[in-house]
Amino acid sequence: MRDVILSLLAKEPAHGYELRQRLMRALGPAGGELNPGQVYVTLSRLERAGLVEASEVAQPSYPDKKVYDLTAAGRERVTRWLADVTWSKVAPLEFHLKLFAAADTGLADPVALVDAQRLELLRELRQLQELALREPPDSDGALLLEGASLRLQADVRWLEACQQHFLERESR
Amino acid sequence: MSYVIEARGLVRRYPADGSPIRAVDGVDLVVEAGEAVSVMGPSGCGKSTLLHLLGGLERPDEGELRLGGVRVDGLSETRWAVFRRRNVGFVFQAFHLVDELTAVENVELPALLVGMGRREARHRALELLERLGVAERAGHLPDHLSGGERQRVAVARALVNEPLIVLADEPTGNLDSRATGEILRLFGELHKAGQAVLVVTHDARVASTADRLFTMRDGAIVGQTRLGADTPVAGLFADLADLGSER
Repeated sequence: MRDVILSLLAKEPAHGYELRQRLMRALGPAGGELNPGQVYVTLSRLERAGLVEASEVAQPSYPDKKVYDLTAAGRERVTRWLADVTWSKVAPLEFHLKLFAAADTGLADPVALVDAQRLELLRELRQLQELALREPPDSDGALLLEGASLRLQADVRWLEACQQHFLERESR
Repeated sequence: MSYVIEARGLVRRYPADGSPIRAVDGVDLVVEAGEAVSVMGPSGCGKSTLLHLLGGLERPDEGELRLGGVRVDGLSETRWAVFRRRNVGFVFQAFHLVDELTAVENVELPALLVGMGRREARHRALELLERLGVAERAGHLPDHLSGGERQRVAVARALVNEPLIVLADEPTGNLDSRATGEILRLFGELHKAGQAVLVVTHDARVASTADRLFTMRDGAIVGQTRLGADTPVAGLFADLADLGSER
């Protein structure tokens, strides 16, 4: 959240409400998870960290509004963020270990665990699909949904490989 | 009440060295009116053979099949063909459009085959193409259509005789992600309009849109589950809340 807010400020100074609107547009249906104060809290943290600076702008009939701008340190962090290639989790380690533990101890049937997990992922996929139907196909939000959906599909395929693996083991 | 599909103990064997392979091995399956059902399983699990049995493209070696309450497994080839034209719409991975006919001619063909008048068949075909968003492609040959458009024409053809059931075999197998999305959107609309649909697929995205999901393995149905989203899945985008508390 910090990084995207910093980046949005790289073009021009902005106030919190404006940033929030731009984020909501990018997030589409995921925007609902953004709690109302999150942008403001993040901005004040960034200010304390010296990455942005705020100036008060007088408005004729409203209270003064705070407009935020990047500092040099902030600008540098944006550059680093854009170049960073860190990716969120690749290996489904936890579930893999759960299956291993189940098979090793006999506490649960790994094939049944896979079935239950797959059903859960299919439910998520279905929900993504329903969200996608409501989203204009070319929107930024639809792009996020497509990413989520492709990842889930890959996970389902992996679960099928898991099932195959344990079924073959059982039949040996 | 009568089901759209009611299959009991369906078995289909293929000859093989040694003992015959049971491609479909004792399948029981019912589909209710207006229901969307998907059958999922790895390739070779027998799901396409099952679809062929349900639509009368192949005959079961054992078991009973009723479509709309009519016992069909004992019908002669000719009577099955007549019944099928009126009551079953097929959608295939490879579209199976007639290359020499335009989109609208492909769609009206099954209507003409059941004896509908030319004018009415054309009218209905155009109406369907309109509804499926490919009206402006009506005069084109399949070669001049994109994969997604061809599949929409194929869906229109499947619907032209207002079938009891649409049977779809990997309908998105030849489509990219975007065109897959469009076909899924379309199936969603059909479902809303009360059309019963059975889709056989190994694509999780396609399977997840059904009301009920059957899982197939080695010719048998090994799992059946209702997917309806009565309980919304929590935390699809839960990461977003975490983004606030990072570093």
